[in-house]
Amino acid sequence: MSQKKEFDWFDHDKNRKLLWKLLWGTCALTVVAEVFVHVHPHFSFDGFLGFSALLGFASCSVLILLAKLLGLVLKVGEDYYDR
Amino acid sequence: MIANLYIPPAFILILGALLVPLIPGKAKNIFIIALPALAFWLISQLPHGELLGVHFFGHDLSLLRVDKLSKIFGYVFTLNATAVFIYAFYLKDSQQHMSALGYIGGALGVVFAGDLITLYFYWEWMAVCSTFLILARRTPKAYGAGFRYVMLHLFGGLVLLAGIVMHIHGTGSIGFEAFTERTLASYLILAGILVNAAAPPFHAWLSDAYPEATVTGGLILSAYTTKTSVYTLIRGYAGYEILIVVGCVMALYGIIYALLENDMRRILAYSIINQVGFMVCGVGIGTAMSLNGAAAHAFCHIIYKSLLWMSAGSVLYMTGKSKCTELGGLYKTMPLTMIFGTIGALAISSMPFTSGYTSKPLIIEAAVNQHLVWPWLILEIASAGVFLHAGIKFPYFVFFNVDRGLRPGEPHKTMLWSMGFMAFLCIFLGCYPAPLYAILPFEMEPHVAYTLSGVLKQFQLLMLSALAFFVFLKLLKRTDTIAIDTDIIWRKGGRWFYLCADKGLNFVNSVFNELLHKGASTALARYFSEGPLRLTLAVLPADDAKRAQISRYFRAGISPIGLSVAVAALYLFGFIILTLP
Repeated sequence: MSQKKEFDWFDHDKNRKLLWKLLWGTCALTVVAEVFVHVHPHFSFDGFLGFSALLGFASCSVLILLAKLLGLVLKVGEDYYDR
Repeated sequence: MIANLYIPPAFILILGALLVPLIPGKAKNIFIIALPALAFWLISQLPHGELLGVHFFGHDLSLLRVDKLSKIFGYVFTLNATAVFIYAFYLKDSQQHMSALGYIGGALGVVFAGDLITLYFYWEWMAVCSTFLILARRTPKAYGAGFRYVMLHLFGGLVLLAGIVMHIHGTGSIGFEAFTERTLASYLILAGILVNAAAPPFHAWLSDAYPEATVTGGLILSAYTTKTSVYTLIRGYAGYEILIVVGCVMALYGIIYALLENDMRRILAYSIINQVGFMVCGVGIGTAMSLNGAAAHAFCHIIYKSLLWMSAGSVLYMTGKSKCTELGGLYKTMPLTMIFGTIGALAISSMPFTSGYTSKPLIIEAAVNQHLVWPWLILEIASAGVFLHAGIKFPYFVFFNVDRGLRPGEPHKTMLWSMGFMAFLCIFLGCYPAPLYAILPFEMEPHVAYTLSGVLKQFQLLMLSALAFFVFLKLLKRTDTIAIDTDIIWRKGGRWFYLCADKGLNFVNSVFNELLHKGASTALARYFSEGPLRLTLAVLPADDAKRAQISRYFRAGISPIGLSVAVAALYLFGFIILTLP
């Protein structure tokens, strides 16, 4: 009797590569779409094409790097308070 | 007279809790689900006004003040409680259920309290009841966390009490209204509230205690304490500019720590701080739109945050594990839990067509309307960061990432139903926010949730945040660690104090011992015992036998009177010579 095959779509490299392409594609699409959609800026500095995209990528990159740096100081073993 | 017949919703849950141990089997769980559902219905029937007053020690307490602000919080508290108790249908532990009902009842008590004394009573009642939800896990870590939790809350409660007493003394009124006069009393009350709102540096009780609670305990705790504080802030502290700063700090602080954490429930705990930061900022901005935004965001937040805790709780319940380093690949055997959890994760990230997108932009738009550039920018950055730590990190490391060989299967059906219901609400309120906007407490211009421009900007922000996550994935690799937070002050503080006292005071003690006890007193003793002998021997030369005899006399203290007088005279003479000008 054969067992039902497990759903493991996300484990395959081929599919992961496809997801990567989809991610890049969607990111590009959201920026390109701005050419065709009039985006209302809130202030004087946020009116250029792809401002939100830049803000998203830059701020997340900085947050990740900041967390990594702080981790060097703040991360301790799980038994830190039991010692 | 009819007004006196209204029952405060808190009574239903608190009195109902007393009956819980008497009801057997599944009827107990059905009864527990029915209580908040009944309270929800009751709230919907209550007219606005002060509906129940009690005279107490010379004060007129207002136990049931109903208006749109108390109602919106009452609705979401009872709605969430109903869903949570459906989720907890499997649980037979009466103690946990009683604590939970008492705790939620306390939260309702605060929300409908019309005076500061009633508010304070329910405030402390919540602290006590919620502690039992942490202790119920019955592990040494939970006992420690529960102890620290209650101590911090009692501290916050005392600050609150001090403020309330000063306020009543100063104004002569116990009514809980907006604190328009900015006095020491109002700031003390604010500080007490901010402890419960988990504002740094007194926030670490949250990330310390919630992850140590039971599966359902953590879920229940995540909704009430901080949101009760948000309610109190909206009513009392609208427009206090300091709250804009506090809110922005909370929003960023939560993200950084959530990125550092390994335990999925600690990640979610820190994301509460981040989300409450948005609400606190909204209160600080203080316009009708921002206050509505804070209330709406609290409403939506309770639902999607519960969904996230339910999803994490299901994983913990089925696998017994909660660390990202031990989890992964669960999408294979927990697909429904994964889908529901992901919907919660998208909602917290304000993805368009989920509830977060119809509530959070109210706060951000209010910041724009008030030309608050920096707060706006920080809230936008924090919005991107939410997607990073809660929107992607939580589902990615728990359900995807590396297959760790775990094959747990889905949790109980009631847990799935409950998660399904909350996921439905997240999408429903995201696609059709009109019912939520209709119950917002303050009058404002109609808010258009969906514009093409807004949706596109939000997609840009979120998709590029997702890209940053995967580009820097190696930097986000999980490790078996915890991150030091401000709770180190009260967790290690005692030991540091002991160490300082031990090393510092004992050092001073030993120095004085050497100098005074061993040094000065010994020298003095030698001087007084040996001095006269040496002086005598120096002045009265004699043969060795005589010298030995005199030495024996002096050491035994039996020197002849004549000799003693001579020595004394010699001392006196020496003293006069030395002191002559």
